[in-house]
Amino acid sequence: MTVSEVRQRDTQEERMGRRRGVAAVRGAGKMLNRLPTWAAVLLIIVVVLALWQLVVSLGTISELVLPSPLSVGGQLVIVTQQLIGGEYLLGQLWITIQEVLLGFGLAVTVGITVGLIVGQTEFGRKGVMPIFVLLDATPKIAFAPVFIAWFGFGIASKFLMAAFMSIFPIIVGTAAGLAATSEEEIKLFRSMKASGWDIFWKLKVHRALPFVFTGLKIAVVAAVTGAVAAEFIGGGIGFGEQVRVAAARIALDRVFALILYLSVLGLLLYLAVAWLQKKLTFWDQPGRDR
Amino acid sequence: MSSMTRTRSEETYAVSGLSHRYPAGDVLALQGIDMVLPKGSVTALIGPSGCGKSTLLNILSGLLRPTDGGVTLFGSPLTGPPDEVAHMFQKATLLPWRTTLENVVLPIEIRDGKKAAKAAYGKARDLLRMVGIGDFEAAYPQALSGGMAQRAAICRMLITEPEVFLLDEPFGALDELTRERMDIELLRIAKDSEATVVLVTHSIPESVFLSDRVYAMSARPGRIEEVIDIDLPAPRTLDTFSDPHFVDRVGQVRRALNRGHGYDGQ
Repeated sequence: MTVSEVRQRDTQEERMGRRRGVAAVRGAGKMLNRLPTWAAVLLIIVVVLALWQLVVSLGTISELVLPSPLSVGGQLVIVTQQLIGGEYLLGQLWITIQEVLLGFGLAVTVGITVGLIVGQTEFGRKGVMPIFVLLDATPKIAFAPVFIAWFGFGIASKFLMAAFMSIFPIIVGTAAGLAATSEEEIKLFRSMKASGWDIFWKLKVHRALPFVFTGLKIAVVAAVTGAVAAEFIGGGIGFGEQVRVAAARIALDRVFALILYLSVLGLLLYLAVAWLQKKLTFWDQPGRDR
Repeated sequence: MSSMTRTRSEETYAVSGLSHRYPAGDVLALQGIDMVLPKGSVTALIGPSGCGKSTLLNILSGLLRPTDGGVTLFGSPLTGPPDEVAHMFQKATLLPWRTTLENVVLPIEIRDGKKAAKAAYGKARDLLRMVGIGDFEAAYPQALSGGMAQRAAICRMLITEPEVFLLDEPFGALDELTRERMDIELLRIAKDSEATVVLVTHSIPESVFLSDRVYAMSARPGRIEEVIDIDLPAPRTLDTFSDPHFVDRVGQVRRALNRGHGYDGQ
């Protein structure tokens, strides 16, 4: 065997080896694609947590700056115990939940009403809607100090801030939804001598629902943000205040544990809205429409 | 005395000197339309886009008021959508949040309320069975094929027992085979219920196959070019399509439409 022959054989083996490697990666990729959603999400979370733990354990990043998942877990246990024990912390969480629910409830009531009024008329859609879109585009969170100044340090400024943060997507969604009815459907109803009321209740409201829910899903998450942001600014109450105090002590593991609880609150509310949407707009599947 | 017993006119529709001008762009959509539609007749309106056939149908349905001339339905002037009239459009337009059955009773629900609609379920089921989709009463429209959806739309039209069917390209969105079958079925239903039918279509064979009389229309301004009586025997079946007499009439309608279009025949 000459040198070149050996080299050739080597490269050939290498190539085959590489091919095997590629096949293995492809096989793994296929396996990943076949995973059910829950398993895929779990896998990613486990990998990220493991990397995070590794980075902190190796001392690449200081625990002061980035608490390890394990210490966050420890804090999570402590926070959970405090909540279950019905201590002070539970009261603070309850305050935040009240703020969010009151704020979101207010936003839903006022938002849908305003959206219906605005969406019913051409003038409303043309003249008033853009103003709400514009307002929605402002960094609403910057108004939090204003709300404290207007409504004081109590719960009012918080839930009003939550409502302010969440009302615009509801208005815009509702108003846009009212325009979603097709000409053919209106013509059908008019040919059956339907009253304006019938056209509204039996047709337009149904057609608007998917749009309303799109707004509601954005809004419910924004309501949590609004309440917590207002708590940060002032008043010394609520779960947001607990986060602020922990952060001020640089107890970041506790901050993370508290934020996790706030996320669960937001997620549960989101899931409740999504569940209701599935119940009420079961017919809204993309694709077939006749 | 005939004037005492005869409370209604023998003609379903009588149209005289009818013109319609759309204010937007000042378009003369229809000019000098005269027509009499006898009770139980099937009339086809055919013509190129812009000949005003849909405008005419909207006027007959009472959804649109003509700018000139008069329309009477059973001898009385038309002032709004009348009770005796039901519609069918090119798209079935079933409401996706209602089952097939609930869609069929929608006209009843709008006219007489929810209770009356529930009471009409039995009748709606009979209609669905008649058009062959009885098994789909609980299905939502998303689960129906195009032909099945149009069958449901037929039931929705029939539920109020209308005396007049106004059909705006009813099967225009269906494939040709399904369309021919639906045409035959519709004709049978119309004859059974002794309804007067007005049909707008783009299809020359369909216009001849379905009707007793074809109004060939031409555009700008929309007017009647020629009235062609279709004297084909009943019942009309799939064989009618290859009947030489049928082919003759199709040619006659085509020539009328071409003339209206500015062609001179040959």
